[in-house]
Amino acid sequence: MNAWIEKQKYLIDFTLASLARRKAKSLGLLLVYSLIVFLLASVMLFTHALRHAANEFLAGAPEIVLQRMVAGRHDLIPPGYLERIGRLRGVQEKQGRLWGYYYDPVVKANYTFMVADDRPLAPGKLVVGAGLARTRGVAPGNLISFRAYSGKLFTFSIADILPAKSELVSADLVLLSEADFRAFFDIPPGHYTDITLRVANPLEVRNIAGKLAQQFPDSRPILREEILRTYDSIFSWREGIVLALATLALLAFAILAWEKASGLSADERREIGILKAIGWETGDVLRMKFWEGALLSLSAFLLGYLAAYVHVFHFAASFLSPVLKGWAVLYPRFELSPVIDGLQVTTLFFFTVFPYAAATLVPIWRTAITDPDAVLRG
Amino acid sequence: MPASRPSHLALALLCCGGALFALSLADAARLRQQRADSGREMQALVRQLQLTDLCLFTEARYARHPSQADLHSAFQDHPLALEHFPSGSLLLPPANLSGHHERLDREAEVPD
Repeated sequence: MNAWIEKQKYLIDFTLASLARRKAKSLGLLLVYSLIVFLLASVMLFTHALRHAANEFLAGAPEIVLQRMVAGRHDLIPPGYLERIGRLRGVQEKQGRLWGYYYDPVVKANYTFMVADDRPLAPGKLVVGAGLARTRGVAPGNLISFRAYSGKLFTFSIADILPAKSELVSADLVLLSEADFRAFFDIPPGHYTDITLRVANPLEVRNIAGKLAQQFPDSRPILREEILRTYDSIFSWREGIVLALATLALLAFAILAWEKASGLSADERREIGILKAIGWETGDVLRMKFWEGALLSLSAFLLGYLAAYVHVFHFAASFLSPVLKGWAVLYPRFELSPVIDGLQVTTLFFFTVFPYAAATLVPIWRTAITDPDAVLRG
Repeated sequence: MPASRPSHLALALLCCGGALFALSLADAARLRQQRADSGREMQALVRQLQLTDLCLFTEARYARHPSQADLHSAFQDHPLALEHFPSGSLLLPPANLSGHHERLDREAEVPD
């Protein structure tokens, strides 16, 4: 056993010396390889943590949101709907929500205006999200004016700012009183944006949604499980930008592996020829090259993965945020809670380490089994 | 055997990498605990304000609340305007637009 270990160590020594002879090429390869792993691992860690956060935070969302559709578009809930729902068995709590969007031409950002029933506010007072406060540069006590869609100017005073820690769900929120909301958007009393329903028994939710769809044919019930599924699929491995990034990275990797697999350089071929000529067996050559592939791919995996971890969880995924920000002016500052999926890390490991090691072994084997004389001359 | 044999150095470096990998898992647990407070705060806010979406993309209203959007909202500005917000390429249509209402209708019983 000791002899075997010693032999492997000598092979590694030789491999490292061989890599050191081609320093620039080896380092370049390690860098590109690590970058590919870094990119894939960053996206993987970020999207997994984000999906987990969405599932965790939105678990408290209402079980059912009932929207009204008119000509295929979302419309206001007219008076009388709430009362009619009251007769449905299994509905524990129902509430009309008032919320809408407002485009602020001052900073060219969209805000979400909302009435918080649990947080009564005096008329003329606002509570704003931390992202909005940062973008508009406002603090509690400041005045802020918005021009309503009717053309009338409304001036509010900032009563409070929502905690910065909750920016991932509240960065663009503007909470105001019901009277102010109705006056600002010119929404008559009794009308609501949508209705939320709390259902005590989770097994009843689909049943109640079915009854709602039956009772209100112009409505669209949105279940919490659908909301969670929406977020589950937004950053899924199989979809959208993640797929595009993963495909590009894998393509780059395939080119790298193909370059290795399609043939060896003249230097490498000569090296193998000399080794065979001085008495190395085919198995030894293969083992030496296996160590080369294994050391390189393992180092690249560890470097890439660790850099990705630090990037996502200690530097708030700063390289990915321009992609997520898009044209948005108002973007939340948030720190994701690290959730690492063992299966994903293992998949990444297998997809990056093994193909490379395999791709390097095949041409080596082809060269190693040919006559050294032919290899050296050829 | 010389102490600075390249193989020893390489294996030591790989072991260091492995240890750092293990350390990243421990660090993840530490950060989770440290950031649990903000998680609880967000959960409470979601429950209190009955929020339905994460504030990830604020550039377009169907991207701000993807779960509440309808199929036409991406083409709202002009009948021939194709999707032009960058986040539209990141977001998929909400899961609830894939034919669930139809199924709910069929599942529903006619009230007496």
